[in-house]
Amino acid sequence: MASAADLDIHHTAYLGPDGEPLQALPESLSAPESLVALYRDMVFARLFDTRAIALQRTGRLGTYASLLGQEAVGVGVGHAMRAEDVLLPSFREHAVQLKRGVQAEEIYRYWGGDERGSDFAGPKEDFPVCITVGGHTPQAAGVALAFKLRGEPRVAVCVMGDGATSKGDFYEGLNAAGVWQLPFVCVVTNNQWAISTPRREQTAAETLAQKAIAVGIEGEQVDGNDVVAVAAVVGSALAQARAGRPALVECLTYRLGDHTTVDDASRYREDAEVSAAWQRDPVARLRLYLTNQAGWNKDREQALLAECEQAIERAVEAYLETPPEPVGSLFDFLYERLPEPLAAQRKALLGGDRG
Amino acid sequence: MATVAEVNLLGAVNLALKRAMTEDERVIVFGEDVGVDGGVFRATDGLLQSFGPKRVLDTPLAETLIAGLAVGLAAQGFRPVAEIQFMGFIYATLDQMINHASRLRTRTRGRLTCPMVLRAPYGGGIHAPEHHSESTESLFAHVPGLRVVIPSTPADAYGLLLSAIRDPDPVVFLEPKRLYRQVSEPVEDDGTGVPLDRCRVRRAGSDITLVSWGAMMHETLAAADALGADGISSEVIDVCTLKPLDTATILDSVSRTGRLVIVHEAARTAGFGAEVAASVAEAGLFDLKAPVLRVTGWDTVMPLPRHESAYLPDAARIVEAARRVMAYD
Ligand SMILES: Cc1ncc(C[n+]2csc(CCOP(=O)(O)OP(=O)(O)O)c2C)c(N)n1
Ligand SMILES: [Mg+2]
Repeated sequence: MASAADLDIHHTAYLGPDGEPLQALPESLSAPESLVALYRDMVFARLFDTRAIALQRTGRLGTYASLLGQEAVGVGVGHAMRAEDVLLPSFREHAVQLKRGVQAEEIYRYWGGDERGSDFAGPKEDFPVCITVGGHTPQAAGVALAFKLRGEPRVAVCVMGDGATSKGDFYEGLNAAGVWQLPFVCVVTNNQWAISTPRREQTAAETLAQKAIAVGIEGEQVDGNDVVAVAAVVGSALAQARAGRPALVECLTYRLGDHTTVDDASRYREDAEVSAAWQRDPVARLRLYLTNQAGWNKDREQALLAECEQAIERAVEAYLETPPEPVGSLFDFLYERLPEPLAAQRKALLGGDRG
Repeated sequence: MATVAEVNLLGAVNLALKRAMTEDERVIVFGEDVGVDGGVFRATDGLLQSFGPKRVLDTPLAETLIAGLAVGLAAQGFRPVAEIQFMGFIYATLDQMINHASRLRTRTRGRLTCPMVLRAPYGGGIHAPEHHSESTESLFAHVPGLRVVIPSTPADAYGLLLSAIRDPDPVVFLEPKRLYRQVSEPVEDDGTGVPLDRCRVRRAGSDITLVSWGAMMHETLAAADALGADGISSEVIDVCTLKPLDTATILDSVSRTGRLVIVHEAARTAGFGAEVAASVAEAGLFDLKAPVLRVTGWDTVMPLPRHESAYLPDAARIVEAARRVMAYD
């Protein structure tokens, strides 16, 4: 029997769960300063997250989706991207948004129920988070097509969960990227759960990365709790994509928290599974590596924590002090110019004549 | 360079696409079979030859993709004009249109916008196979942030499509395919758009207001002729833009005639006629001399071609409704 296709999915890891290197680190990421910078961003993302949950618990933020445990994916992807690339994130990808230059207070604003949170001062062309699971995949193909048609060396990067890979729009977007060889990278944050549905109930496929093979693009898997692996593999995927070879990167990680602040994960998963996953904590892993290999110590750790906590504190203050948006804004961004029939509704909203 | 061409509605769509692509290089056209084949109805005929493969793209067979591509391209500053081959296949775009296209501007407070057009042939009357004849415009008309535009003449197809493409917000542009080749008229290809968000008074009259759009305009005009022969003067309004609805033009007409019949081929319940009737009830009730009647498709599944004519309203049904309305003093 002849073989019709040669299908192979690579898995990449540089740091073991104990922080020990499994192989020599890629040169671009081996310098202690680079790794400390990545570590800082992961710590910052975690503090951002802890604070978001605290704000929600005290009634100062709406329902929020925690990124706990997935810091390495976001920071690694954000590190690999160029400023001029465009990010289309799903709702849990605050870490990559922060790394892209979206301000913490902007993200708080969004989850605090204020649309202005998606009017980023930083990455002007990045998309707001996609709440409809997978819906941003065909949009990313559209953004990538725009780059290709204009001949710009930029990449559209969409980031989504394992659940998204079961959807048709995920496939449609990926498929178009393959047909047109678009500058497109799809990052799948496989955190093993889609609310209460475990990864094995999403698909019988052995890996999510192999879904790329069906559409004729490159699919790879990385240890998503290893920021070095994420940054390196997504980095080369981006370089390939810039040259017109799209890719999918599956990052294996774990959602350490509840699905959102209104979820209770103890209803559907064992504590033992979560405790085991903590052994693979991406933040501790890099800290161990830095401690063993780069002279990281308690003082530096304390200083870093203090710096990040202060920055988060400032963001929280800025968020909480945001003046309310005038209520007429309901209408003000619906169309470029408010159509006449709607002007009456706007007036009714503002003017007391609510009939 | 303005040339006057005698074209049907399909030809007018084609002219408008060419004009828009010529005047603005951000305009690109894509969809299933729109390139080499020029579209299954030939609406995009010749575009690939004139503008090349970077501006006219055949997509994989995937409607969610087509709408999603449009959202991504529009956010990046293109002016995508996407074709859905038949309205029966447009439902896979709803997630993109409702959750994304219609609200990208709102969600980002204007940072990203979605100046796209989603074109689709719609409606019955050409004895097409199953799923090729529905008229579900009210699905889109319900969605804040969208525009829904439906031409009923070649000249309006040209002018409204140009305006839709130039519009800075998403437009669903539905083409009554029964009219594609039915009538021709001279259309001046001078790039002049027809304003959106305005109803057109197709015929002035004083006794009764008939409101319709799309292919039903022609049945409605035929009904107006028949009524005229009996001395009943009908004012005929072509809605053109369903959303946002220009209620002022309709109310003004009803304030003069005091009578209203609404005609559409879509099913009755929650059809767009209900919106027109409700608007008149809210703001023009005391101008009415008679109940408002709707002449619509039945609340049934759109039948296969053998029963199509039993489903679609025709001039006779419209005349009958108009007479009932006229019977009130
Ligand atoms: C299309 C769609 N279906 C259902 C939901 C409700 N929902 C929100 S998140 C979620 C699970 C998503 O799982 P996954 O893609 O793995 O992302 P994760 O939450 O793990 O980050 C579901 C079912 C949704 N937002 N969108
Ligand atoms: Mg998941």
